[in-house]
Amino acid sequence: MTASGTVILDPTSEQHRAERELRARPRSIDGLTIGLLDISKPRGDVFLDRIEQRLVEHGAKVNRYKKPTFTKPAPVDLRHKIATECHVVIEALAD
Amino acid sequence: MVVVKQECETCRMVVDVLAQLAEATALTVYTQDDPAFPPTVTPIHDHDLAVSWHHDIETVPTVIRVADGVEVDRTVGWVRDQWERVTGVGALGPDLPPFRPGCGSMSVDPDRVDALNVAFGGSVFSSRRIDVAAAEDDIEMMFTRGWTDGLPVVPPTEERVMRMLTGTTRAPADVVATVPPDLFDITVEKVAIAAVMAGCLPEYLPWVLTAVEAACTDEFNAHGLLATTMPVGPVIVCSGPGTRAIGMNSGGNALGQGNRANATIGRALQLVIRNFGGGRPGEVDRATHGGPGKFTFCFAENDVESPYGTLAGEHGIAAGTDALTLFAGEGPRCVVDQLSRTPDSLARSLAACLQAMHHPKLVLGFDAILVMGPEHARVFDGMARDEIVAAIGAHLVRRGAELIRGADGIAEGIPEGFADVPEVPKFRPGGLMLTYAGGGAGLFSEIIGGWANGAIGSAPVTRAVAY
Repeated sequence: MTASGTVILDPTSEQHRAERELRARPRSIDGLTIGLLDISKPRGDVFLDRIEQRLVEHGAKVNRYKKPTFTKPAPVDLRHKIATECHVVIEALAD
Repeated sequence: MVVVKQECETCRMVVDVLAQLAEATALTVYTQDDPAFPPTVTPIHDHDLAVSWHHDIETVPTVIRVADGVEVDRTVGWVRDQWERVTGVGALGPDLPPFRPGCGSMSVDPDRVDALNVAFGGSVFSSRRIDVAAAEDDIEMMFTRGWTDGLPVVPPTEERVMRMLTGTTRAPADVVATVPPDLFDITVEKVAIAAVMAGCLPEYLPWVLTAVEAACTDEFNAHGLLATTMPVGPVIVCSGPGTRAIGMNSGGNALGQGNRANATIGRALQLVIRNFGGGRPGEVDRATHGGPGKFTFCFAENDVESPYGTLAGEHGIAAGTDALTLFAGEGPRCVVDQLSRTPDSLARSLAACLQAMHHPKLVLGFDAILVMGPEHARVFDGMARDEIVAAIGAHLVRRGAELIRGADGIAEGIPEGFADVPEVPKFRPGGLMLTYAGGGAGLFSEIIGGWANGAIGSAPVTRAVAY
């Protein structure tokens, strides 16, 4: 106890998640490699097929990737593979 | 030295003995309550009980012989020959009875001991201390900081957390698990803080620690369970003699409100995930509807009366062991069958309801726990666990053609590739789990529907409770 009142203990982890600055958005996607990650939800492939088609129309090269299961974060190796093989990531989740 | 308090009748009885001692030897008397007691000597007031705490005084009067600054002998209460031995002074209190028990020291008063441990014990905590301003309401402050599940939490003061830690032999700095979604290592201390906030008693802490360990495994996949759009959360099924020792409810309303252990153990796990793991609704928690089970969902099996053992037993834990199973599940739903009096009839009823779990045409992807009440279990007339599951399972098989997408005019269903499979079961092997709990009246059972099962989602995790 202090003179001012109660003292409580912090229930949080008292740590901060690492946050990285986004790279500047490219002016054009022509000639860039874009990764599309299928999270393994039903019919996600239908959606991504259409996205791929649209991106290719704009001159992009598309790489397709797939998570083993939608219920878990993408494995580290897969994330590394995407990061090294692609110029651009479009982050999105559809359910 | 002698430690006394005026409130103690034995201490008052020995007042003249203390005067006798003061004349015969070097005597220091510490008084815990009345600064002027005893009037026969010049006492020192142990106003903050520091002397009493540091000398481990549990009873007053306590007589301690000190030589060269070191304790060499002590006695408690009034026992004439022991006082004479410790003090080296003879013929003490000739008019007094030879023996009179002492009273409890104020330094071990349950209302004071935790504060004294914090004040004098040297802090064992590494958590940040947060001052609650005098004008601030501590309960409201916890809401403001986003540390509650929507209900008030108990402020985790050092005293309360210290008391909570008496529930385990583990050191506060011991790492328990890596908690998703933020994936930082949680210590026993931080789990104890969550347990205090949830309203746990110290004796619940080993169950909370075990639940946190079980939840933070790759098999259980608490991250996915938190993030899913389905209305599911961790369901904790407890068994073993320890459930009775801590007063858990396995009988009437076992799945409902009103029992402190049931309510707070489950809540503590969820507060760990929320406050330490960083898993909050609208952020990583993307539930479409959620469900009341996400506040807390923890109950005990009635393993004393169960005709078919426990769920932990089904998962390989020896009978009589305190254990819990973590299951990724939604809130319970009732199966009403008040007319079946044969195993076959009741098995068909239960199967019909289980087939509908999540969707009648979605199979194999979800497990379930069936919580059978005593009146339903009795209908199965002593059948073994696997016999009951097989009897129900016999009616949980459909032709693939009935379940595929589009069948019966319903787009939802399993992939068309199953069209020619003659028999498709609702559950994977082991996917239908039996438990036994509930009150003595009511021909009901409860179904706890699961989330995506196995390697793609969550597998039930059973652990013996580590004390």
